[in-house]
Amino acid sequence: MSLLKIRNLSVEFATATGPFRAVDSVDVDVEKGEILAIVGESGSGKSVSMLATMGLLPWTATITADEMSFEGRDLRTMPGRERRKLIGKDLAMIFQEPMSSLNPCFTVGFQIREALKEHLDLDRKARQARAVELFEMVGIPDPERRLKAFPHQLSGGMNQRVMIAMAIACRPRLLIADEPTTALDVTIQAQILDLLTDLQKDTGMGLILITHDMGVVAETAERVAVQYAGQKVEDQKVADLFDRPHHPYTSALLAALPERATERRLPTIPGVVPGQHDRPRGCLFSPRCKFADDRCREVPPPVQPRPIGLARCHYPLNVPAGAEEERA
Amino acid sequence: MLRYLLSRLITFVPTFIGVTLISFAFIRVLPGDPIIVMAGERGLTQERYEELVQRFGFDQPLWQQFWDYLTGVVQGDLGNSFVTNRPVWDEFFTLFPATLELSLCAIIFAMVLGIPAGVIAAVYRGKFFDRALMSTALVGYSMPIFWWALLLIIVFSGWLGWTPVSGRIGLLYYFDDVTGFMLIDSLLSGQDGAFGSAVQHLILPSIVLGTIPLAVIARQTRSAMLEVLSEDYIRTARAKGLSSGRVNGLHALRNAMIPVITVIGLSVGTLMAGAILTETIFSWPGIGKWMVDSIFRRDYPVVQGGLLLIALIVMLVNLTVDVLYGLINPKIRKR
Ligand SMILES: Nc1ncnc2c1ncn2[C@@H]1O[C@H](COP(=O)(O)OP(=O)(O)OP(=O)(O)O)[C@@H](O)[C@H]1O
Ligand SMILES: [Mg+2]
Repeated sequence: MSLLKIRNLSVEFATATGPFRAVDSVDVDVEKGEILAIVGESGSGKSVSMLATMGLLPWTATITADEMSFEGRDLRTMPGRERRKLIGKDLAMIFQEPMSSLNPCFTVGFQIREALKEHLDLDRKARQARAVELFEMVGIPDPERRLKAFPHQLSGGMNQRVMIAMAIACRPRLLIADEPTTALDVTIQAQILDLLTDLQKDTGMGLILITHDMGVVAETAERVAVQYAGQKVEDQKVADLFDRPHHPYTSALLAALPERATERRLPTIPGVVPGQHDRPRGCLFSPRCKFADDRCREVPPPVQPRPIGLARCHYPLNVPAGAEEERA
Repeated sequence: MLRYLLSRLITFVPTFIGVTLISFAFIRVLPGDPIIVMAGERGLTQERYEELVQRFGFDQPLWQQFWDYLTGVVQGDLGNSFVTNRPVWDEFFTLFPATLELSLCAIIFAMVLGIPAGVIAAVYRGKFFDRALMSTALVGYSMPIFWWALLLIIVFSGWLGWTPVSGRIGLLYYFDDVTGFMLIDSLLSGQDGAFGSAVQHLILPSIVLGTIPLAVIARQTRSAMLEVLSEDYIRTARAKGLSSGRVNGLHALRNAMIPVITVIGLSVGTLMAGAILTETIFSWPGIGKWMVDSIFRRDYPVVQGGLLLIALIVMLVNLTVDVLYGLINPKIRKR
């Protein structure tokens, strides 16, 4: 049984200018102990799809999915009370902005002990001990003193460590890390990523790593999902994806990397991601795709079978021999 | 912190002088000679008049009068009432507890209803409760106090006979002032029913005085909550699996309290203005009524001193609010 299984997830926001589909029929699978990377340009719906999974979207969002289950339990029909027992315990998330993600009115110690109190049956002393232990795990020196600090008294890197400590406090089965290093200095970024992968190895939890960073994908993840304009356009093992990208978008991303995989940031491709009002009728990538023809522009592409990387494309690239028959 | 407090206290000085000047000038531009007003129907002889003019120093040039007053104030001497000849200072502190008690009850009434209402409206924004609350608040905010008080009196005292119309306690009860707070003194007196009577007398004036602050607090709480609810740390709190009561009532409200406390502090000024009307309507023996009576009697020292002390209270409340900020959100202390 997979840890997280999502089929055909869509999220639509009610905005002042009409409905906006931020996530469009996305599938996600994570196995126990697996590291899945999700990459994609800004605005491709990475955060929104994961927030939908956590049930953290604002009320303007309408979520639809054919399946959305965590360890076989249906998240869609789960009552709020049940779901709150799951969220923050078995399923945890850390966010892009460490500085604004902690409450300025409470000490970090209070905020971490609060998570422990909510889900674990520990007394006051045991909670304090566990908080100290967690701070040590995430490499915060002098934990007793730091627990008494307010978020504004700590650096961004320290705050992100606090966020990580808070997220892993109740030993989650799946941790979603939404660009955990984007807001941090380059030197700190590597430390935080090492910390996350070490923790993942030690605890055997599943990890979804949302990132802009192809280097991180190559170094840490086992599988990678590429998102574009709210859709998943490709999903492959990391090594295979770097070797044989099937979707022209992935291929363009990789081709734009000067030395492949060593580049830190997601490279740019001419043109922009379509917004709310300029969505093409057919393939969403067609206006920027150098292989696009009339069919691409008019007909939404199918999702190719797994040997072709689940590519959402009429004309996938690097199709291995034999895979073609399966498609036909 | 201490340095901050000191620097704030220094900014009081110009405000203080300004208020002194305004209160001094204000009462003198009102038509009517205080000595004639004091003499009333009986009138008085030219000689007696001259004597009184000299005694109160009205023969001096205005600037001299102001200077004498200011130097007195700085030494803590606000002068004596023309009417009772008691020091203004003493009169103020005899009457102040009545006003303080009424104001505290009014603001507690406003907070106890206004803050939860604002929170609920924000959490259910756009829903029926939110709309109903916000339109009610608008009505409450623009309600003429005088009219509102009369309406309540007609309904609750007149038709229903639930509440008394005036004073602080029933005539049956008599006991000495200990604290000046009727609720406390009535309990201390140990007389049966005294406390109940004090409470009954407080209800209508507190509601009348608390109505505008209630509307202001509810609206401010709602808008502050709406802003805070979209913050990242609220999402973090929800991501911990906390109940919505804890997320809204603790994580969000604590942050939203900053602007709410500001308006509570600011409404102390409004409260003082409202107290004047409310106390007059309900014959509440506090400083509001005292001031109004003194204005009619042209009791210069009382009006001047009273205004000054009220201004001082408002300034002190604002300072307290500033200190509270730092206690609620330690980030603000660091400026
Ligand atoms: N609450 C919201 N209301 C309306 N639109 C939203 C809301 N939240 C996100 N969106 C829109 O949904 C789209 C996807 O946003 P999302 O945050 O998932 O992007 P992302 O892939 O995480 O990008 P980034 O890499 O910048 O974090 C964006 O166009 C964004 O403007
Ligand atoms: Mg994002």
